[in-house]
Amino acid sequence: MITSLLDTFFNDIDLMIMLVGALVGIASSLVGTFLVLRGSSMLSDAIGHSIVFGIILVWLITHQTSGPWQILGAALTGLLTVFLSELLINTRKVKADAAIGLVFPVLFSLGILLINLYASDVHIDAHTVLLGEIGFVWLDTLSIAGHDVPRAIVTMGSMTLINAAFIGLFYKELKLATFDAPLAKALGFAPGILFYALLLLTSGTAVAAFDAVGAVLFVAFVIVPPSAAYLLTDRLWLMFLYGALISVTSSISGYYMAVWWDVSIGGMMAVMTGVFLSLAFLFGPRYGMAAQWLRRRQQRALNDSRTLAVHLYNHEGGPEQDVENVTQALREHLLWSSVRANRVVERSCQRQLITLQGERLALTETGRYLAREILEPGQHNHR
Amino acid sequence: MTLLSLLGDYTLQKVAIGAALLGLISGVLGSFAVLRKQSLLGDTLSHAALPGVCLGFIIAGGRELGSILTGALMTGTLAALTMLLLTRMSRLKTDAALGVALSVFFAVGVVLLTYIQGGNNASQGGLDSFLFGQAAATLTSDLWVMATITAIALALVTVLWKEFKLVSFDPEFAACSGLPVVLLEATMTVMIALAVVVGLQMVGVVLMAAMIIAPAVAARQWTKRLEHMVLLAAAFGIVGGMCGAVISAMGPGLATGPLIILSLSLIVVVSLLLAPGRGFAWELYKLRRDRRTLRTQQVLTTLYRLAQHHRDPAFRSDQGMVDAYHGTNTRSALQYLAGKGWVRFESPHAGDPATQPHWALTESGRHEAERILTDLEGASR
Repeated sequence: MITSLLDTFFNDIDLMIMLVGALVGIASSLVGTFLVLRGSSMLSDAIGHSIVFGIILVWLITHQTSGPWQILGAALTGLLTVFLSELLINTRKVKADAAIGLVFPVLFSLGILLINLYASDVHIDAHTVLLGEIGFVWLDTLSIAGHDVPRAIVTMGSMTLINAAFIGLFYKELKLATFDAPLAKALGFAPGILFYALLLLTSGTAVAAFDAVGAVLFVAFVIVPPSAAYLLTDRLWLMFLYGALISVTSSISGYYMAVWWDVSIGGMMAVMTGVFLSLAFLFGPRYGMAAQWLRRRQQRALNDSRTLAVHLYNHEGGPEQDVENVTQALREHLLWSSVRANRVVERSCQRQLITLQGERLALTETGRYLAREILEPGQHNHR
Repeated sequence: MTLLSLLGDYTLQKVAIGAALLGLISGVLGSFAVLRKQSLLGDTLSHAALPGVCLGFIIAGGRELGSILTGALMTGTLAALTMLLLTRMSRLKTDAALGVALSVFFAVGVVLLTYIQGGNNASQGGLDSFLFGQAAATLTSDLWVMATITAIALALVTVLWKEFKLVSFDPEFAACSGLPVVLLEATMTVMIALAVVVGLQMVGVVLMAAMIIAPAVAARQWTKRLEHMVLLAAAFGIVGGMCGAVISAMGPGLATGPLIILSLSLIVVVSLLLAPGRGFAWELYKLRRDRRTLRTQQVLTTLYRLAQHHRDPAFRSDQGMVDAYHGTNTRSALQYLAGKGWVRFESPHAGDPATQPHWALTESGRHEAERILTDLEGASR
């Protein structure tokens, strides 16, 4: 019963493709969260490109592209890129950004040349390097306990587990190293080694995801979901959760849209992460554009009421009270448009800061207290 | 094929001219990008050109370079704007904004690419070449388009030279002097997109980043002046471009783009190693020279102090003794000093139990030692 259920599960092509996409997204955004927070997102771009060299090198040596040792071997080129870039930066002859941009194209170029020269007959041609073939992941299966499981599910699943285990084990250390590297160093946590371990996992994830999404789309899965999550929350653990949620949703929606329009599945999944980022950018609860706009509007309305209260207080009981403390004067002396003046008066009435006495605007007790607090803060007791 | 017959080859001539044009424009514009620490912007802009290429293809209904390049320029600029919007209006930092713009725009490009290929358009084959470049497919009309864009970019750089220079080195001062800094920076960014557009045909969208960065970084090692840097970068770009083009013509499977990038990277490595003043070789030489100067000065002053201590200006110091003072063999330093005429070699007297050679200060050596010691006193005061 369970066996047949499992077989149906693993034979469902749609489900398998979406699952691979979701696993790529979750594994990548786990490590990507720290890259985004540390401000080294572009390293994922460098790693994604340079592992092409590692993959083809490993293939030339072992004539296999999958398997844990192959993944580790290819992942080392990703680490090599970071190491070489840092070496260049440390000579202080090349700036950090230029150093990154110098190293990975070299490895990528070598990789492409090797593919063209020696490996044009295998399934890694230059085209798949960039685009991946997530639509065909179900073709390559492994037999596990009598079930045919797509190989990509196994590799991406293990990569996700490894990343999650690493982050779970070193959660506090990673958090400290990310937000306060000098303190982490002073406490003896070796943030440098921790970061290199993280980059090795990033490279491993890139290699594991390579068949599915290729070298460049991988960057989208690493950077975009954590960036979107960063726009939604201040909590680190929530960033992981949001990142995973965005990955899963992008995978599912991207898959169906890709099938609908008959376009690249991996590409559409990556585009969907971008869509979710735009949504977070626009409608995020605190940092979104809409929230910021609303907050600014409220702030302005509040400022207007306060300005009105101070204006009325200044002229209260004075000789020009009848000229100054009318709506007409707000237009002339505060240079408010009549629409704005009327709105502010109306709102201040509602908030019981002022009352209308015929034409004249009079402060209520609350309004007077507000004006005094602005002019001479902390000197008045509310009666 | 021999090299000579290669050079006479019509296709190769076109490829070489195209590569040279690309080297020229990316060397010049890359110099500014590298100085402004915007190297990776080139990476983002080049990846973001892909959707533009596809859109241009869809709108023109075929592989028509004019509309493809226009599209690439548009989406490249749009990506730069997106990146700017994200860094200015959200809490994302530059690196994340660059990565987001790069990957999402590229993903859109991939989607459009597969959309075109799904449509079974007959001339779709040419589109893949924009990923890695396909220099051999360059047409003469393509060269004219590239030459025009390069000419426009170079003219802009010439006209706005002073402004670009100021904005690159001291944007605050430029703003205080009343220059429209934001507009100038935007112009420079769009011009990087122009370089990317020229490079699409030759090296493709993925490797353009190195095309922007490498010539400028190499040139930076040789000079401190912007004028020289820009000219050198252009020269390096041209040489690297043409080298890559020629090598790729030598055999099948040798893609032009990667070879151009590798040639340029070789120039960078050579520059980092050998450039006078900044290169590693130069620094190593300087280090050794400074070390030797210090060592010989130390030995000279030791001899001087020994002579003073014995109240004998012609005091003959045993080399073993000098070695013992410095804890190392000082023979080479003493020989260098002898070569300068500051010390004199004196063989041991007959019947002297010492077997080591002896050294004595000369008149000029004494003056030199006094000069060093007064300099030191002056420095320590």
